[in-house]
Amino acid sequence: MSSLGELRTIAKQTKAQKSEKRAKRTYRDNKAGFVFMLPWITGFFVFTVGPMLVSLYLAFTDYSLLQPPQWTGLDNFTRMWGDERLWKSLEVTFIYVFVSVPFVLALALAVAVLLDRGMRGLSFYRSVFYLPSLMGGSVAVAILWRQVFGYDGIVNGFLGLFGIQGPGWVAHPDYALGTLIVLNIWTFGSPMIIFLAGLRQIPDMYYEAANVDGAGKVRQFFTITLPLLTPIIFFNLVLQTIFAFQNFTQAYVVSGGTGGPSDSTLFYTLYLYQQAFNSPMQMGYASAMAWLLVLFIGGLTAVNFWLSKYWVFYDD
Amino acid sequence: MTTDLQSTQPKTVDPYGKATPDLSTPRSRSIAGNLVRQRIRSVVKHLALIGLSLIMIYPLIWLLISSMKPNEQIFTDLSIFTTDLSLENYAHGWNAQLFPFHVYLINSSILVLGAIIGNLISCSMAAYAFARLDFRFRTLTFALMLGTILLPFHVVLVPQFILFRELGWLDTFLPLVVPKFLATEAFFIFLMVQFIRSLPNELYEAARIDGAGHFRQFVQITLPLMIPALATTTIFTFIWTWADFFGPLLYLRSPENYTVSQALTGFIDAQSTSNYGAMFAMSVVSLIPLFIAFLIGQKFLVKGFAKSGIK
Repeated sequence: MSSLGELRTIAKQTKAQKSEKRAKRTYRDNKAGFVFMLPWITGFFVFTVGPMLVSLYLAFTDYSLLQPPQWTGLDNFTRMWGDERLWKSLEVTFIYVFVSVPFVLALALAVAVLLDRGMRGLSFYRSVFYLPSLMGGSVAVAILWRQVFGYDGIVNGFLGLFGIQGPGWVAHPDYALGTLIVLNIWTFGSPMIIFLAGLRQIPDMYYEAANVDGAGKVRQFFTITLPLLTPIIFFNLVLQTIFAFQNFTQAYVVSGGTGGPSDSTLFYTLYLYQQAFNSPMQMGYASAMAWLLVLFIGGLTAVNFWLSKYWVFYDD
Repeated sequence: MTTDLQSTQPKTVDPYGKATPDLSTPRSRSIAGNLVRQRIRSVVKHLALIGLSLIMIYPLIWLLISSMKPNEQIFTDLSIFTTDLSLENYAHGWNAQLFPFHVYLINSSILVLGAIIGNLISCSMAAYAFARLDFRFRTLTFALMLGTILLPFHVVLVPQFILFRELGWLDTFLPLVVPKFLATEAFFIFLMVQFIRSLPNELYEAARIDGAGHFRQFVQITLPLMIPALATTTIFTFIWTWADFFGPLLYLRSPENYTVSQALTGFIDAQSTSNYGAMFAMSVVSLIPLFIAFLIGQKFLVKGFAKSGIK
C-alpha cells in the first residue's frame, strides 16, 4: 500500500474508533518501542517540530541573523502582497507545476502501458527511460541542459536540419521556463516505474474475460486498466505536484542562481533562497514565504484529496 | 502464406501474453488477419519505443562524446560520430578549479558514506518499531512520520540553518550527515516498514519462544532478512546524496569542502574562459558513480520504488 493509502486507512480507523467507546488497553512493548524510536523521536523534534515552530515565529519578525528578531506583526505578509517578484515567482512555479506534471504523468502512464506484460526488451527500455530520472536532479544534467538548449546546442542543430534557426532557448525570457519543463518531463521514469508495478497488480483474469467478450485493446484500457490504476495515478499526481513545487537545483544552475533571464525561471523556492541567504539576509520574510508555500502545497494536496473522491477507484 | 504466418506465430509479441487465438469461434477465419495486425502493432510499438529511447538518451551520449572532443569542435560539429577523440579535456578539467577534482570526489564520498550509514541504522530501527512493536502512540507517530514525507523542507530551512550556525557546524559536513542518523528520511522508514511487515510472523514467534528479546529479533532476524530493503536504501541514499546540491550550497562555504556538485557550478561561473570541454568532462566524471550505482542497483531500485508506491 502506498504511503497515501496508509494515511487514508489510518484516518478511516481513527474515525471508526471515535464512534465506539475506547477500551483502555495496555501496550506490550512500550519500553522497547521508545528505545527503537529514540533516533526518530529526537530527529522529529529537533529537525522538524522545533524548526517549524521557530519558523512560524520568525514569519512575524524582521530577522537578518546578525541582530535578534524584531517582532513586526503582519508586516512580512503585507509586504508579500505588494512584492511583484514574489507574484512573478508564483506565476513561474504554477506554470511549471501545472504544465509539467500532467505531461510527466501522461507520458509515464503511456509508456508503462506500452511496456506492460512481459514484452520483449522490457528491461532494456525500462532502464533507458529510468536512467534520466536518477540523473535529472544533478548539477551535471542541468549544465548539460544549458548547452542542449543553448544558441548553438543540439536542439537548434536539429532544427537547423529543417532550415529553422531557433533562438538561444535558455537565454530567452519566453522559452527559458520551457526548457526546465522539458527537463522535468525528461525525468518521467520514476512515476513510470510505479505505474509498471501497479499494472502488474491487475489480475490477468480481467483481461481474459474482456478478450472472451471481444473487447478491443483500447476498450480494455479505458474500462479495466485506467479505473484500476486510479489510486496509483493519484499517488503519482500528489507526489509529483509536491516535488515540482520544490524544484530548485535546475532553475538555480540553468539561470546561474539568478532566476533569469528577466525572472522567467525565478522559482518560488529560488526566490525564497535569495531572500534568506543573499544579503541582506531577510530570514523573517523567507520564513513567511515558506509558510505560504506550505499553505499552497497543503491546499493543493487537500484539493487533490477532495477531488479524488470523484475519480479514484478504491478496490476495498 | 498460411504456413508462413503460423511459423511466425510463436514469435509475435502479445502485450497481454495470455490471449491465445481461439480457433473454435466463428472469428477464427480472421485469425490470419489478426496475426498480421498483431505483428504490425508490435513493430510500430517497438519503433515508437526505440525512437523515444533515442531522444531520452541522446543528450547523455552527446555529453560523453563532446567531453572527448577538442573545444572548438563541440558546437561546430554537433554530431556524435567522430573519430577525433581524446581524454585531454579530462586532464584539463581535473585541475581547472582551485583544488584538483579528486578533492571534491572525496568530499562527496564522505558525505555519501555518512548518509548511508546514518540512514541504514536509524531508519531500520524506526521501521522495526513501527512494523513489529506494540507501543503507545504508534499510530499517531506513524501518521506523523508519513506526513513529513509530504512536508516541504523549506519550512524548516531557516531555523535549521540558525541551529547549525549556533552549534558552530557551518562549513562542516555535520549538518548534512547528523540528521541522517536521526531518521529524518521518512521515505526509507516507510520502505522498510513495508518490507518488515511482509516477513513471516512465525519466525518471530519461534525466536520469542527461544527467549530472544527485541534487540536480538531486530539484529538476528529482521536485519538479515531485510537486506533487499537495506540495499534499496543504500542505493537511493547514494544517488540522492551524490546529486544533492542545495544542502552543500547552504552549508559548505570553503572550496576545500566543496562537493562535486558545487565544484561543477564553478565551471559555469568561469564560463568566460569557455572551457566547455573541461566542463563536460568533469560533468561526465560526476555522473559515472550515479551510472554505476544504477547498473549495480537497478533491480533494487525498481523493486524499492514499486514497493513504496504500491499495494
